[in-house]
Amino acid sequence: MTDRTPGFATLAIHAGAQPDPTTGARTTPIYQTTSFVFNDADHAASLFGLQAFGNIYTRLGNPTTAVLEERVAALEGGTAAVATASGHAAQVTALHQLLRPGDEFIAARKLYGGSINQFTHAFKSFGWNVVWADPDDIASFERAVTPRTKAIYVESIANPSGSITDIAAIAAVARDAGVPLIVDNTLASPYLIRPIDHGADIVLHSLTKFIGGHGNSIGGVIVDAGTFDWSRDNKYPILSEPRPEYHGIKLQETFGNFAFAIACRVLGLRDLGAALSPFNAFLFLTGVETLPLRMQRHCDNALAVAEWLAAHPAVNEVNYAGLPGNRYNELARKYAPKGAGALFTFTLKGGYEAGVNLVSNLKLFSHLANIGDTRSLVIHPASTTHSQLTDEQKIQAGAGPDLVRLSIGLEDKEDLIADLDQALRG
Amino acid sequence: MNHDIYDDDYIRGILDSMKTIAMVGASPVNVRPSYFAFKYLAQRGYDMIPVNPGQVGKSLIGKPFVASLDDIDRAVDMIDIFRNSEAALPLVEQALKMTPRPKVIWMQLGVRNDDACALAENAGLKVVMNRCPKIEYGRLSSEISWMGVNSRTLSSKRAPVPTQGMRLSLHRVSVGGGDTAAADRAARLKDDKNNRS
Repeated sequence: MTDRTPGFATLAIHAGAQPDPTTGARTTPIYQTTSFVFNDADHAASLFGLQAFGNIYTRLGNPTTAVLEERVAALEGGTAAVATASGHAAQVTALHQLLRPGDEFIAARKLYGGSINQFTHAFKSFGWNVVWADPDDIASFERAVTPRTKAIYVESIANPSGSITDIAAIAAVARDAGVPLIVDNTLASPYLIRPIDHGADIVLHSLTKFIGGHGNSIGGVIVDAGTFDWSRDNKYPILSEPRPEYHGIKLQETFGNFAFAIACRVLGLRDLGAALSPFNAFLFLTGVETLPLRMQRHCDNALAVAEWLAAHPAVNEVNYAGLPGNRYNELARKYAPKGAGALFTFTLKGGYEAGVNLVSNLKLFSHLANIGDTRSLVIHPASTTHSQLTDEQKIQAGAGPDLVRLSIGLEDKEDLIADLDQALRG
Repeated sequence: MNHDIYDDDYIRGILDSMKTIAMVGASPVNVRPSYFAFKYLAQRGYDMIPVNPGQVGKSLIGKPFVASLDDIDRAVDMIDIFRNSEAALPLVEQALKMTPRPKVIWMQLGVRNDDACALAENAGLKVVMNRCPKIEYGRLSSEISWMGVNSRTLSSKRAPVPTQGMRLSLHRVSVGGGDTAAADRAARLKDDKNNRS
């Protein structure tokens, strides 16, 4: 048998899944159960002691969810993955393995507004201090590094601005600082960008968006690249030192290049508790099978709509990295040659009021706070997702008051353009 | 041969054909990786022999400890080295004097000794370094997938329900070589660091 590397579409359908051993069911069944019986006392002890592979309790792992985890790990080129109840849960679960009170992490200023909130406010009560840097100025990351820095955090394609991050350049900063680079790859999906190929050590997703693709479930995932040596300089004792609750197991020593994923599971899910529901895992599995088809169509539609808007007299500026002349077009061609994603923003000559009118006049685009749905979506970030930020933070996050964000869906592009046309005419 | 990356076929061939494994450095402490691997391989049907001079007279999950490779009373297919990298060379020298000779030298995750490897390979033995047979068996059988680990294998066949002592099929389609590109990068970074220092 020759070892042939299957393509992305094959992995999107097959990785992690095989016919159910008991029933032969070809689609992954929904194991909607809290717990799993042990064969005997020794089997139970082996599972609790992390000595055997198997299922204990759905907060720690579930057979339906495990298929999704392996699927995403395969698509991202990682060694293992852990699914969580939401993208936010993925962030707190991942960082909880790395930071202790008083520690710092450097994050790109251009992030999803909900992440900025979580990092700024919720993490403060853990004693985790976020230090902001500008993803368009790599030196700002170098300047932010201190002896307390434990991680660097960026989005591959930033929300809501749609700007493309120079992952390899920031990975070099992380490597020099001896800290892992964490990339939120939600907006690109592994179909467009695989951050691990460019030097990321941990990849996170809100599964809610393109991987699920249908706007029906909330979920997140943490992918371990298997690239970081956690034991090198004692900066990450959770991974390098004996764990008292597991009778002295050292996670990296025992689990090698998937130790971080194991930590997120046996410490993170166990103690923080943000496990994904098996039913949602099933919906994500159904969605991810068509990820490559959907993502290409999202990109093709987005480019067509962006080109049309750029030529419209009521439009001031279209910020889509897929358009020639955009400041991120070169990075888009390097990192995301198949397309610059489904998301972009534009400003209207009529300012704030014209934006509000446009949103209310649209008939096909849905006005809501999500992205990555089959349906085309529109939102005014300044009054919704980014409303809790200060005006200065809004502008730094690429969510100025005159800006409208579109998440282009899978409809016929002619219908999307017609809807925008009638809405702009008012 | 290249010991940074192993083809799955190479690992699969070894794990499929081995029957008796002597584990040097097997620990009776049930949180040590050697204990995990010993117990798992025994449960997957391998005839396991624990080698540890400090534990003679005791047994590990019912298998009596022996002091050294010289004290084993039956033919051994594979020596699994759970010691530091420096200990690998004298162990290979000792293994080559065994009759019949073992066919495989396996050095655990984190253990690598290129001199010991060359000695064994020149004598016609197969060598695996810096890998865990438990992880590789779990990966190739996809049993490790319960932990969300990327097995890097695919199969459209219905697998049997695994039971105690059952040997699992390792013959799934491999997605890549013996390691991910990402893990290779980690190995390279470590080498770069070693070269600098």
